[in-house]
Amino acid sequence: MGETLSFVSFVTKEKASPTHKKEKLMNMTDWTLEPRMREFELGDYLGAAPRWCPSCGNHTVLKCLQKLCKDLNLPPEKTVVVSGIGCSSRLPHHMGTYGFHSLHGRSLPVACGIRARRPDLSIFVVTGDGDCCAIGAGHWLHALRYNMKMTVMLLDNNIYGLTKKQTSPTTPAHTKTNTHPNGAPLDPVNPLATAISMTNASFVAQCVDWLPEHLYNTLLRAQQHPGLAFIRIRQRCPHFMKGHLDAFMNDPNKIQILTDPRGVLPGSLTQTYGTVEHDPTSYDDAMKHARQTDPIPLGLLYLNESALRYDEFTQKGIVTSEEEKLAAIEAELNKFAIL
Amino acid sequence: MQIHQHIIEFVSDAGEGAQTAGQCLGTVSAKMGNGIWTVEIIPAEVEPPRRSRAGASGNRVRIGSKKITNAGDQADLVVAFNEQVLYSRFDVGAMRDGTIILLDDKWASVDDENIRKEFADAVADFKNRKADIRFVPFESETKKHIKDPRHGKNIWALGLVCAIYDRDLKLAEIEITKKFAKKSQEIVDTNLKLLHAGYDWAMQNTDLRFSIPAEPSDVPKIVVNGNIALALGIMAAGIEVCSMYPITPATSISHYLAEAFPRMGCVVHQAEDEISAIGFAIGASFAGKTPVTITSGPGLALKNEFLALAIMAELPLVVVIVQRGGPSTGLPTRVEQGDLLSALYAQPGDAPKIVMAPSNHEECFHFIITARKLAETFRTPVIVLSDANLATGQQPIPRPNPKTTWFAPPIDQSDWDESVPPFDWDPQTGLSQRPIPGQKNGNYVVTGLAHDQNGRVAYESSINEHAMQARSRKLATLQHALKPPVIHGDPEGGDLLVIGWGSPRGAIEEAVDTLRAQGISVSSVTLKFLSPFEPNLKEIFSKFKHLLCVEINYSDPASFGDARRYSQLCTVLRAHTLCDIDCWSHVPGIPLTPKDIEAAILEHIDQKGIDKP
Repeated sequence: MGETLSFVSFVTKEKASPTHKKEKLMNMTDWTLEPRMREFELGDYLGAAPRWCPSCGNHTVLKCLQKLCKDLNLPPEKTVVVSGIGCSSRLPHHMGTYGFHSLHGRSLPVACGIRARRPDLSIFVVTGDGDCCAIGAGHWLHALRYNMKMTVMLLDNNIYGLTKKQTSPTTPAHTKTNTHPNGAPLDPVNPLATAISMTNASFVAQCVDWLPEHLYNTLLRAQQHPGLAFIRIRQRCPHFMKGHLDAFMNDPNKIQILTDPRGVLPGSLTQTYGTVEHDPTSYDDAMKHARQTDPIPLGLLYLNESALRYDEFTQKGIVTSEEEKLAAIEAELNKFAIL
Repeated sequence: MQIHQHIIEFVSDAGEGAQTAGQCLGTVSAKMGNGIWTVEIIPAEVEPPRRSRAGASGNRVRIGSKKITNAGDQADLVVAFNEQVLYSRFDVGAMRDGTIILLDDKWASVDDENIRKEFADAVADFKNRKADIRFVPFESETKKHIKDPRHGKNIWALGLVCAIYDRDLKLAEIEITKKFAKKSQEIVDTNLKLLHAGYDWAMQNTDLRFSIPAEPSDVPKIVVNGNIALALGIMAAGIEVCSMYPITPATSISHYLAEAFPRMGCVVHQAEDEISAIGFAIGASFAGKTPVTITSGPGLALKNEFLALAIMAELPLVVVIVQRGGPSTGLPTRVEQGDLLSALYAQPGDAPKIVMAPSNHEECFHFIITARKLAETFRTPVIVLSDANLATGQQPIPRPNPKTTWFAPPIDQSDWDESVPPFDWDPQTGLSQRPIPGQKNGNYVVTGLAHDQNGRVAYESSINEHAMQARSRKLATLQHALKPPVIHGDPEGGDLLVIGWGSPRGAIEEAVDTLRAQGISVSSVTLKFLSPFEPNLKEIFSKFKHLLCVEINYSDPASFGDARRYSQLCTVLRAHTLCDIDCWSHVPGIPLTPKDIEAAILEHIDQKGIDKP
């Protein structure tokens, strides 16, 4: 996993970022000289050893998330990783934080429920292409609309892995699978375009698992976002989709970096890949990039920081005292009193 | 004429306010100290075509000198704004010989010849069926005070009924003011005028007079329907999150909560679907807040996968199910107790959880407070099974006195003792404490996969056996803490014990009282807990020669022999006690009446060859 560790100290190496971005980053990483009350190490975020296939993209995501938690010094007890069911959804077990490995397709309702009355927790959601775009599609769209603060990672390997190679909603047409031995009959769902088009979606980004520095930067950028950050991660499945992203890995022309001061820091990627300036607040431009499958656009496609947030609704009154509550219920009972 | 109880119905096309008139009469009577029970008469559609036979909308109000525990048998007096809606009341057996029907006769003189003929035919038909029909000019009298009598004749009719039953007009004025205050003072004034006009008309034009004197009581009371009682219970339990998806007949709980809950700093979440509603609740539970999710049978079907997760992950949760007619979409506005087996067994695998059933409005309130505490103590979902009969019927109950000890404690954020695993199952009780996010050193992963005491995924046979046992043991532990159920009638035993649960209790006990007064050796028992059962059932049952379950769900008649399917509670009790329990159950979509149950008991006694006095 050497590639995933090659960017360990990149935050300090970062040079090309605009000034206001740097300030935000510094605030988040707490560069004050005051010693922290508790300083966490990478080991604090390690859970049970992963049992994914060697060279599965999930390993990269796990490492990036652990490093992010460490760099942001997130208290493990204040961090919750929620998932559904599938290969990628095993991820919470491998974290040293609180975790919730829920049901197939149902990670988002659970995550929203956790957020409902707990503004103090950092919430990460891990979902897969079957989990998110098939069985959980209804929840996915509505969670985008609720726009409650959390980072949602769609680990999209274009196939059902855990159940052994069935067609997923993002499997390319004509791909031979165990449920479509003569080739998948339909064109795949476009998770980016779908997400952007959902009313009140506020943050839609794309990464690839073989560029961990960019993945890390995207997670970091998502942490600064006040609402729901949706990140689609194009991911290899060495077992069931052998080589299906090789062309994109091997040809730098097949990756395009979206740049903008409000976007994801491109880091060292600019040395290898072409860049294109993109205004993420433009819905039309975002949709244009979302529909583009070759080259793969990486970075923040869509941003709407003024989207309404449902957690502002659900968290009203969380500090109500017992006395206030008692007075309120008494007043309600009085409305029905007859004697 | 002085009477000790009467049943009054208001029926009309939807949108003519018969429900409002009935509710006001009920509240006014309760305030006068009478016992009341109301039942909504609801068509399946929001506004079905006018003058349609199945479109009856309205309210039944049973008023008595003493406490009233059910909707009673047949109506004594019916106010009807058209004759067609009466057909459905005859069809369900709501009318007796001599039921007084106050019917608007405007239909006899409308331009439409077909309507005139329908009216004449219906009146003749109803007279043949021995109804006592009296014509009242509801619309033409109302028209003297308001342009569109369709919105106003209900209050005029209320005034009329208040005169007939000697109701306190001042109290009616208060209810009307309350009801219309949100609209405008002008509307309040008009309706007050209509109330008095109806009252005055009755005083001058009819000699119908009934007096139902109330027995004085100094117990402070509230008048609520079962859904409001549940909602007040949710608030008094200190539950902060109600997560729901609209479904009849449960939704009105959330309507009221949506208004009142924010005043307690709490939130109603209307989810995108039933599944998400319980998922959101489970998330809130994991984060330390015991939530409630409310639904009906079809919603429960969708929630079962998540319910099993809450059981597996040992997350506290209160699930309110207001049952309606099934299967499938069934009878959405009508009563049935068809979801008992589904609540007990519909989840994948062995999924032990607590199931309770309130049998009246007071229990609707207090069971929620108990349910939240049980959910937290036993670290499991608790299902509270109500039904459409309790949901919409109004009843006076002693006013609860909420205490802060009823509230959920604040989220525990103290450091977790690292040596205690997240599923530290007590070998005797199966109980354990759960860490809540924010508790340092408590970090664990909730999973629906089989897991060991540390919450780690485990496939070993012994661990699976151990975990299943721990979850099941919690129910045995709870049963040890429960009291045996109370017998209504003779706790020493007798010829027949009627066994019931939920809303039929009032009608069952009324039937038992009537028959006991005739010297028949019959008693009844209402089970409050359906999982686990209250203790000593077998011992209690052994004191009676015969056992009969009475409930509102389907069963085959005894003539089916070995192929017979028993009613739901009966099925479970037969397995649980190995007693030969019989059942009498029906699915009329309306509450069982005391008379129905009396007849069933008498028939049963005949069949079993028990001597009658």
